[in-house]
Amino acid sequence: MTTQTTFRVDVTPAASDVIAKLKAENGPLMFHQSGGCCDGSSPMCYEDGEFIIGSSDVLLGQIEGCNFWMSSDQFEYWQHTHLTIDVTPGRGASFSLEIPMGVRFMIRSRLFEPDEAEHLAPVHVGPLD
Amino acid sequence: MQTAEAPSKIMPRPMFKTQYENYIGGKWVPPIGGEYFDNQSPVDGSLIAKMPRSKAADVDLAVAAAQKAFETWSKTSATERSKVLLQIADVIEQNLEFLARVETVENGKALRETMAADLPLCVDHFRYFAGVIRAEEGSATELNADTLSLIIKEPIGIVGQIIPWNFPLLMATWKLAPALAAGCCVVIKPAEQTPTSLAVLFELLEGIVPAGVVNIIQGFGPEAGKPLAQHKGINKVAFTGETTTGRLIMQYASENLNPVTMELGGKSPNIFMKSVGDADDEFFDKCVEGAVMFALNQGEICTCPSRLLVHEDIYDKFIERVIARTKAIKLGHPLDPETMMGAQASNDQYEKILSYIDIGKQEGAEVLTGGGPADSVEGGYYIQPTIFKGHNKMRIFQEEIFGPVLSVTTFKDADEAVAIANDTLYGLGAGFWSRDAHELYTIPRQIQAGRVWVNCYHDYPAHAPFGGYKKSGFGRENHLMMLNHYRQVKNLLISYSKNKLGFF
Repeated sequence: MTTQTTFRVDVTPAASDVIAKLKAENGPLMFHQSGGCCDGSSPMCYEDGEFIIGSSDVLLGQIEGCNFWMSSDQFEYWQHTHLTIDVTPGRGASFSLEIPMGVRFMIRSRLFEPDEAEHLAPVHVGPLD
Repeated sequence: MQTAEAPSKIMPRPMFKTQYENYIGGKWVPPIGGEYFDNQSPVDGSLIAKMPRSKAADVDLAVAAAQKAFETWSKTSATERSKVLLQIADVIEQNLEFLARVETVENGKALRETMAADLPLCVDHFRYFAGVIRAEEGSATELNADTLSLIIKEPIGIVGQIIPWNFPLLMATWKLAPALAAGCCVVIKPAEQTPTSLAVLFELLEGIVPAGVVNIIQGFGPEAGKPLAQHKGINKVAFTGETTTGRLIMQYASENLNPVTMELGGKSPNIFMKSVGDADDEFFDKCVEGAVMFALNQGEICTCPSRLLVHEDIYDKFIERVIARTKAIKLGHPLDPETMMGAQASNDQYEKILSYIDIGKQEGAEVLTGGGPADSVEGGYYIQPTIFKGHNKMRIFQEEIFGPVLSVTTFKDADEAVAIANDTLYGLGAGFWSRDAHELYTIPRQIQAGRVWVNCYHDYPAHAPFGGYKKSGFGRENHLMMLNHYRQVKNLLISYSKNKLGFF
């Protein structure tokens, strides 16, 4: 039984490498989880501040120092799952910054264990001050 | 004479050039930076061609070419524009099988679908918009004896269009046909997964579409799509894709106070009422097919009927037949005319779909059939058509997987069916199946979706408006009302009075 705070998002070493390269090229970054068709259900990586966070966005946590956001109505359906940001070879569409590298960020999910679910880190809703 | 081996039924792969260019001002123009990217086929991972890796400077050239062409194209008569659209349709029709093979190799979808759906629909949509602009009229209203109000439709200007990869030619057609019909000039960016089909089509169209009226910019979203969406020379943006990108494009459009149209996907419910099971007849068979429509285009359709809602009293009988029909789907090489389901469009889609199958299993959904990858052609991205039984709060019921994955649940009455159907962020498509003439009208009216197919599914005729409610976006394509998304209204308010007002 753990009493440690459970974080909602994590990142694989391969995705960390890609984030490091993108940071070197673009500076600070942010993520916003998309829904919808085509490249929906994939995380989008932008230069920090490029995507305007609204009052309906939820901050799930940080990966490699980058904020990871999702719209609150989508979060309703996702909140019981832990998300790991991974990367896979592939030609994604969308405006996500890693696309020209021939790789695509993707989400791997698992259900929180009951003891993890009791110690989830609180989320922040809306833009940061 | 017999040969040892049966002849291959696989249709020949079309010949591609080794490299394509951007299409700007009626010319094939290399990208300024001189960079190209490999376009690989999801059928077997083979190289199709090298495509331009365009940047902002290339977009500038394309927008300038469109602006120049707009000076004359915007003044052409409906007769002239209609003729161009009809010629485009004729060329597609004359090259239908060739273009179907091109699209199949590029996207991975089965040839029987590109032959029977994608390309014939392209032909018809161009002809539809060629037709409606000949029949359309503005209006004149005499407001009083001396004052006449003339309403005249004018093209909005230069349109930026960002096209998805699931129907490379049909999605381009849905956006190009009304824009050209309205008198707009276009800068269009195909998806980077499927950039070649549109280039091949426009090679066939040389000499038909006047220079600069359609400009094709190839490249990656953050490098070419973003500068297009942000461009100050653009007057309108049309986008089909995902929600986060949709919000970002609206944000860019707001900087220029540009209007946008958005088609952002769905999680469409497909509802089968108790009366469906009243007889085992032709209609029951049609209903079974309607449920299996989730596998059309490998599930890569914004309106994929990915949530199957079945009345609990007919569930066992109905799902048994749906599973049997799903198992009978013939996977194989997409260029084999008998193949019913081909490859997913790219490796990242393939990985994403498998990750959803994984979370579905973790959440306790029961796999009724499928549930993993398929090995149709080495090097390609194939997934078994998969059916899960679960409940509507599971992530596989709420997120657009964009793959051949169906999530099934039951309901006990019409109210519960409607409640489940509307318990989604999206509202693009829905299916409703019943033998009861009364509920055929009343229940679909309660479903929050822009298109409800009643006793049918996945039909996309021109002249039937298509677009979303809720987070599925806004704007209505495939119908003459789309013309107004590409136009301004000019009002001439004319006075015939010779007398002054008397204010000054």
